[in-house]
Amino acid sequence: MQYIPNILFLIILVLGVGYFTLNIKKLIRNIKLGRAVDASDNKSERWRNMARIALGQSKMVKRPVAGFLHIVVYVGFIIINIEVLEIIIDGLFGTHRIGLKVLPESVYGFLIGSFEVLAVLVLVSVIVFWIRRNVVKLKRFLSSEMKGWPKSDGNIILYFEVVLMCLFLVMNATDTTFQNLGHGNVISQFIAPWFSSLSEGTLHIIERTAWWIHIAGILVFLNYLYFSKHLHILLAFPNTYFGSVQPKGKFNNLEAVTNEVKLMMDPNADPFAAAPEGAEEEEPAKFGASDVMDLNQIQLLNAYTCTECGRCTSACPANLTGKKLSPRKIMMDTRDRLEEVGKNIDANGGEFKDDGKQLLGDYITNEELWACTTCNACVEECPVSINPLSIILEMRRYLVMEQSAAPMELNNMMTNIENNGAPWPYNQMDRLNWANEE
Amino acid sequence: MSEQLKVPTMAEFMAEGKQPEILFWVGSAGSYDDRAKKISKAFVKILNKANVEFAVLGEEESNTGDVAKRAGNEFLFQMQAMMNIEVLNAYEVKRIVTCDPHSFNCLKNEYPSLGGNYDVVHHTQYIKELISSGRLTLEGNTYKGKRITFHDPCYLGRANNEYDAPREVLKNTNANLVEMKRHKNTALCCGAGGAQMFKEPEKGNMDINVLRTEDAIATKPDIIATGCPYCNTMMTDGVKAKEKEGEISVLDIAELIANS
Ligand code: SF4
Ligand code: SF4
Repeated sequence: MQYIPNILFLIILVLGVGYFTLNIKKLIRNIKLGRAVDASDNKSERWRNMARIALGQSKMVKRPVAGFLHIVVYVGFIIINIEVLEIIIDGLFGTHRIGLKVLPESVYGFLIGSFEVLAVLVLVSVIVFWIRRNVVKLKRFLSSEMKGWPKSDGNIILYFEVVLMCLFLVMNATDTTFQNLGHGNVISQFIAPWFSSLSEGTLHIIERTAWWIHIAGILVFLNYLYFSKHLHILLAFPNTYFGSVQPKGKFNNLEAVTNEVKLMMDPNADPFAAAPEGAEEEEPAKFGASDVMDLNQIQLLNAYTCTECGRCTSACPANLTGKKLSPRKIMMDTRDRLEEVGKNIDANGGEFKDDGKQLLGDYITNEELWACTTCNACVEECPVSINPLSIILEMRRYLVMEQSAAPMELNNMMTNIENNGAPWPYNQMDRLNWANEE
Repeated sequence: MSEQLKVPTMAEFMAEGKQPEILFWVGSAGSYDDRAKKISKAFVKILNKANVEFAVLGEEESNTGDVAKRAGNEFLFQMQAMMNIEVLNAYEVKRIVTCDPHSFNCLKNEYPSLGGNYDVVHHTQYIKELISSGRLTLEGNTYKGKRITFHDPCYLGRANNEYDAPREVLKNTNANLVEMKRHKNTALCCGAGGAQMFKEPEKGNMDINVLRTEDAIATKPDIIATGCPYCNTMMTDGVKAKEKEGEISVLDIAELIANS
């Protein structure tokens, strides 16, 4: 009988970690639906980016208030989770505060003491975050794409943090042995008196309850991530690693196009030559993207990593002047569609069954795509190295090369380039006239 | 500009068996757009003054394909690129200077993998070079004490991280440089990029160039300096929309330097 708590703990732990692993596998499978992309270059620069942008949060501090608070929550959260290690060992082996047995009292006290201070800092930050979202109503949290689930998601995680931090402090405050120790109860010593009228037994029950809910809460939190913008806690690391290391103005050249253009321009190419053997079997390359499978794996990882912070949108010239385009929405749509495709695959035994929908049109409209000035403000702003512009470009490519669906003025412009080498209807032979005009 | 400009072509250099120091890539706007032509001339004036041996491709230059690429037409872009690369490589061009940040970005970043490898610089970078090497000296009286605010072109700034060259060059005018609230990497686009120059904007509540002009006007400038022919058009239109053309002029850095 005495092992029941240990077994119960083990079951909860296995369930929590197991379900999480399952979802992460699904996430990886979904990302692999995208086109493969080679990112094996510039390894050291990529590691540096990851250390600087994800770990060092270099882009967050550009907005000092949010940046500072975010660092507090982030550091606090990570460090306090060291405590989880102790909880897991205690839970599995039925020990109580194993740390006290292996560490000198003063060291243990110092650790728990700092956790308590951090817990309070996290609480304060989280409350400020909540006020920013719900009372001050910052513009970037109010856009149309932030209605419904994205809005609740933002708040739920804040409530989670509050509950977890409070549980941690209560757990310490009601732990009489720990309080009697006199080390490390920097904050909880002030909470302990609230419970002083209670009997030893009741205190113990409260302490145990807080302990159990704390660890259960952390496991729920872990599993909540997959459904939330808070996946960025994990994905910010790979995402900043795979982020572009090229100048932002450099757009990729499509290789499939290069091959065709070379063939067209090669005077020696024989257009009637028989296709090399096996060539017919090859599916003709699709230019650009109309659905998530046409995007590359980094773009899909981008979609899962998006924090929905809206920094991109708040810097987007199109959005600032009332156009429909919002780079954040581009990322959220991509993730939603990818999830939809993933569920479709799960429901159909591992195969995607055409559902008559696609990213283009059903999620992202032409109007949004044509409003982009390719200014890179969104890319510059993103704190986790996401590139919404690359998705916009890929979808424009589909519209133009597969559907000839560019706005009329652009078609005229492109015809001019084809015919006279300039976007306007001027004669190529007049190209140097400016030099002699007065 | 009364004195006759000297604008030799690559073909002329070739005929004499010579190589110029640089190729001046004029670009479509610089060749055909009335406002941008003045920028091309101003830049040539600078080159003449500094005794730079340069040449243009003239009739052999064609659109870089940049705008087609950004509109999504990768085919047209690559055809333009390969045609231009053929010409450039035939002349064994090493160094290219251009007043258009879009051409600059495209030639510098997107031509190499198609076989076009050149040292490409923006005219503000080149002018900076001419000044610091002592080849170009300015009196610096024309704009002394004037308030100038510089609008960063997206394809020079964010796209290629060049924020300093235009500012350093502007210092030589002895003007009073004032920054807009959004500048350098947070600069707002003028609204022309991504092929927007060639189409009507989507439905919204304002034009981007007007919003950007408001940023500039807030610095109470005498002059808005630009480094891109498209930005120049956009900001000029914005100043007109705000009915400030009497007080504020919009000039390219090449023009400011040519007059200094
Ligand atoms: S690149 Fe396009 S989407 Fe991104 S900020 Fe500029 S206009 Fe907006
Ligand atoms: S793309 Fe980046 S900047 Fe935009 S909402 Fe997502 S995380 Fe924020």
